Amino acid sequence: MSEVLSKTSGVAWTPVIGLEVHCQLATKSKLFCGCANEFGAAPNTHVCPVCSGQPGALPVMNARALELALSAALALDCDIAPWSKFDRKNYFYCDLPKGYQISQFDKPYCTGGGVELASGKRIHLTRIHLEDDAGKAIHDRGPHTFVDLNRAGIPLIESVTEPELASADEAFEYLTLLKEVFQYVGASDCDMEKGSLRCDVNISVRLPGEELRTKVELKNLNSFRNVKAAIDFEIQRQIEAWESGDESKYPVQETRLFDPNRGVTRTMRAKEDAHDYRYFPDPDLPVLRVDPAELEELRRALPELPAARRARYVAEFGLSEYDADVLAAEREVSDFFERAVVGTDQVKETANWITNELSAARNERGPDASLAELGVTPEGLAEMVALVAAGTLSKAAGRKVLAAMIETNKSAKVLVAELGLEQVQDTGQLEAWCREALVGQEQAIADLKDGKQKAIGALIGQVMKASGGKADPSKTREILMKLALGDG
Amino acid sequence: MKRESARDAGALAASVIAGERSALDVARSTLDSIEEASELNAFLSVEADAVLERARELDASLAAGTETPGALFGVPVALKANLCLKGRELTCGSQLLRGYRPPYTATVVQRLLDAGAIPIATTNMDEFAMGSSGENSSFGPTLNPWCTEYTPGGSSSGSAVAVSAGITPLALGSDTGGSVRQPAALCGVSGFKPTYGRVSRYGLVAFGSSLDQVSPFANNVRDLELISSVISGRDRMDSTSLDRAPIRSAAREDLKGLRVGIPAEAFGDGLDDGVRACVEAALEQVRSMGAESVPVSLPHSEHAVATYYVVATAEASSNLARFDGVRFGQREDGDGSLAGMMAATREAGFGDEVKRRILLGTHVLSSGYYEAWYGRAQRVRTLIRNDYERAFESCDLILCPTSPTPAFRLGERTADPVAMYLSDILTVPANLAGLPALSTPCGTVEISDSVQLPVGLQWIGPALADEELLAAARCFQAETDFHLATPPTRGEQAPA
Repeated sequence: MSEVLSKTSGVAWTPVIGLEVHCQLATKSKLFCGCANEFGAAPNTHVCPVCSGQPGALPVMNARALELALSAALALDCDIAPWSKFDRKNYFYCDLPKGYQISQFDKPYCTGGGVELASGKRIHLTRIHLEDDAGKAIHDRGPHTFVDLNRAGIPLIESVTEPELASADEAFEYLTLLKEVFQYVGASDCDMEKGSLRCDVNISVRLPGEELRTKVELKNLNSFRNVKAAIDFEIQRQIEAWESGDESKYPVQETRLFDPNRGVTRTMRAKEDAHDYRYFPDPDLPVLRVDPAELEELRRALPELPAARRARYVAEFGLSEYDADVLAAEREVSDFFERAVVGTDQVKETANWITNELSAARNERGPDASLAELGVTPEGLAEMVALVAAGTLSKAAGRKVLAAMIETNKSAKVLVAELGLEQVQDTGQLEAWCREALVGQEQAIADLKDGKQKAIGALIGQVMKASGGKADPSKTREILMKLALGDG
Repeated sequence: MKRESARDAGALAASVIAGERSALDVARSTLDSIEEASELNAFLSVEADAVLERARELDASLAAGTETPGALFGVPVALKANLCLKGRELTCGSQLLRGYRPPYTATVVQRLLDAGAIPIATTNMDEFAMGSSGENSSFGPTLNPWCTEYTPGGSSSGSAVAVSAGITPLALGSDTGGSVRQPAALCGVSGFKPTYGRVSRYGLVAFGSSLDQVSPFANNVRDLELISSVISGRDRMDSTSLDRAPIRSAAREDLKGLRVGIPAEAFGDGLDDGVRACVEAALEQVRSMGAESVPVSLPHSEHAVATYYVVATAEASSNLARFDGVRFGQREDGDGSLAGMMAATREAGFGDEVKRRILLGTHVLSSGYYEAWYGRAQRVRTLIRNDYERAFESCDLILCPTSPTPAFRLGERTADPVAMYLSDILTVPANLAGLPALSTPCGTVEISDSVQLPVGLQWIGPALADEELLAAARCFQAETDFHLATPPTRGEQAPA
């Protein structure tokens, strides 16, 4: 699994991969000023003297950002430093208003921690640190570059793994698990399309047992799929380069950009152009201390994490691994499920309604829609599921009711009455429909008497038609059998 | 307004509040004085319309009687051109920022406004506060009112001159390595650098962030106490601002029982004889008022200037990175690329001294040099701070000269940066240690028959002892009249 065979020579190479993930924290305001942390606003509308780098303006730390960063670190089992500090990372670019980024260099707020892949392999984190985001330079609108500073100053946490990932699949899985944890603790929405999660890859290949070879940094990876594709491409590119035997073609330490259209990586910046960032402690910000009592508070407030929930859903509810996986992947879905199954034995059924009908309805509303938007509460869904379980509603009618619940936000019981979907259980009425259905069906009756059950389907269908779909199918079956086998 | 009536801020505020003079009258005559003294080149952006408008508002609010007039009601205050006032031009003495109007107001300036002061104009300064003579201003040197062939010191040259020449009773400067105390000494006025963190830096254009402190000039210590009480105190916009009450005037009637530390290191070979004589006479005066003098040792003082120029330039190289031509000030297109535009803007916009310090600061933070320079400077800084802590175990405050020499001639040190840097030798330690320090006049040195130049006495206190330090200096001024000496009226000056 950790080896990749060269397409040309068949020699087994081992990829060595580390990931750096930048994740915007879901605060209301920016890291060092009061401007809104909001995606999609008109350019340069969430800007103030501080985040636009006006002379004389000073940063003031957003305490909520630290809380979210700490929650993320606690959830990943990191070691929280009792104190850390901010450093200035100096470089010039038009989207960097202060001429430096406020980051953490040699004293990050946490180290260690990690996530466990399904295989049981643990991916260790080197560190996570806090920093502020740069603005956005827009180059594709005519001859000028435009700068939007709405993003400048948004809080980021950068998580750095040890170089322990051995394949594109492992990288993909790691990213998925990391994203789940960040979303669970509310640290970030991790939406790559909005840029709230960004990933850089450090990658090299070596022969088994060898020292590390030259590593390359990959950038411009704006989806997990692209991360995977870029890694796969880069592994082969490096193997081919090493195997060429031509030193001038060997991989060099550089930054390469992924081109998603062509599926290839290409040189962006050679090492000779590498910046000397001249890190030094930011004199505008005091040392960042973590109060042990507040840390304990955050630890207590952590939600049960997806891995634990998955295990519990299998063990406690008897759900399949697959269902447990789907339900636990998102905190909102998982929380919804847990509330909907309180006091019911319809766990499996409830899970199905959520993973099928509700998820489909949500997806129709777009990639960012939440379950909450549908207007159906967990308790409301539970009521509908109970009506189906009790036989009051057929499953098909249940789907109709749920659709109406989403549309009108009325309760299942109200809608069943309004839509007249309640199953007919009245024996007299059912008998009347059944007798009607049996008229002229002598052959079918004879078959049934002979023990040939096949004929019953069509008869039930007749009753259903006559009842407008409201006849209770199992009762109908019972009555039809009784009538056919009886005096018939 | 007569120059002499502009020398007491407290009295001026009282007369405006009492209705003896209107704020408009004060503003007008101050603007006139600025005009009359234009040859001193002390002011940069004078925006008369806004000033008169402000004065009219003050008069209207007084007439309406709706609000209690503030402690500086109607008092014109000159602001060093690195303190933001929303909408008013702020150049920091640099061509690069010509035309820049900040979109916000510095905390200290807002507090002055809240107290009823009139921000009268911005004052000339060494570009981005880098200099000790005012000669590094890209708008020309400021002249010393005691003799216009001499520099007033710097970098807060214009603010020192505004007060010294009797144009405004108060001015704000910024003190990173002595930039208020040294020009105060060279211009014969009082200048006070508070404990680091007692006055907000929000809206002060940063030079050396861990050293910078907004600092006032006045003609006497009472006025320093007055303006300090207005501008100091916690500011949530500045994370390095201390959670302390504003500076209040402390009770003290005399110097009896005060233990005054005298550091031998400050009275060494480089000290001008005239300065030595004035300061020693002042020490004798202090003793005669009941203070006890004790020798103290500050063994790491000799490294202070070197340490300062590493720390300050490192911070400056980063602080000045934002002047890249992208968002404000002047822009040069260069070769049309982004890097070319930034390089051309900075090449054209910054003066030599600013470039020199950015280069120095960039070097000391560079990979491979960081430990040897910046890392080591930070460690020496701690040693210097420890020196002072130890010294204050045996004394309540330290007295020494502010500047090793009186004012020097224009052009005398411009060719030799190191000689210029040594002007700060006695003032930088208080910045490195974050301590409160002030300079008060203690006599003059006769340069020629017609030229007298003032000498400053420096008072350095333990951290947070701002009130006690000011009170002691106030007692000294109550018994002496050095601070009452004013420069000769222009026209009466003979060439030196």
